[in-house]
Amino acid sequence: MRLECKVTGGDFQAAGEAAAKLKRTLRQVGIDAETARRAAIVAYEAEMNIVIHAFRGVLSVDISPESIEIVADDEGPGIPDIPLAMQEGYSTAPEHIREMGFGAGLGLPNMKRYSDEFHIDSTVGRGTNVRMVINLPSKGSLT
Amino acid sequence: MKVRDVLDMLECTVEAGAGGLDNEVKCGYASDLLSDVMAHARDGDIWVTVQAHENIIAVATLVGLAAIVVAGGVECEPEAARRADEEGIPLLRTRLPAFEAVGRLYAAGVRGRTGS
Repeated sequence: MRLECKVTGGDFQAAGEAAAKLKRTLRQVGIDAETARRAAIVAYEAEMNIVIHAFRGVLSVDISPESIEIVADDEGPGIPDIPLAMQEGYSTAPEHIREMGFGAGLGLPNMKRYSDEFHIDSTVGRGTNVRMVINLPSKGSLT
Repeated sequence: MKVRDVLDMLECTVEAGAGGLDNEVKCGYASDLLSDVMAHARDGDIWVTVQAHENIIAVATLVGLAAIVVAGGVECEPEAARRADEEGIPLLRTRLPAFEAVGRLYAAGVRGRTGS
């Protein structure tokens, strides 16, 4: 199953809709609450990063029996120093966005923390691609 | 405790989302950073904040919060109220500062989550 949502840079009104849609879908197909929560967190952060930093992007989600793969691909300024951007508390968000409670430098660290696999690739002046995988608990090993 | 039980305690007005006043309050969380709330608040928490824009409703919906308390007399943005109604998330407003609001909730038995 595949979901795809367009995300527009600067559109704070629609921000969070892609993540909300994903969470609803995951619950509908019977994904457990904790896994859906982790997927919603990483999808929300990826979506917000596009809204805050990029011009436009696409959030796509592939759900298989084994895992949920979430890819955020944007056209934007890109990230010159990825290790620095990954540091908790580091942010390039402008002041007016921080005042809204965004741009605390927690987005990328949260995406890494709540996914089982995290890959980021960025080209300055072109954009950023983040791919995250969340493994689903295997049906045979219920604890 | 239900959300409606905190209205007098916190001297709140219900700005929107009255449909969720019977939500059960399991625990509490206080923060003004949205990513922090996304990561650490849990289903059934009551959230105390001074943020009052529309994006707090998206966070509350995603986390499954019981209610939002906007403290410090901050005015709720109309778009936040509209979405709170849509989602049935109680959006409460109090003139009390955040610290006092949290203190009253704690005194009434609402705890933060510790560990995990």
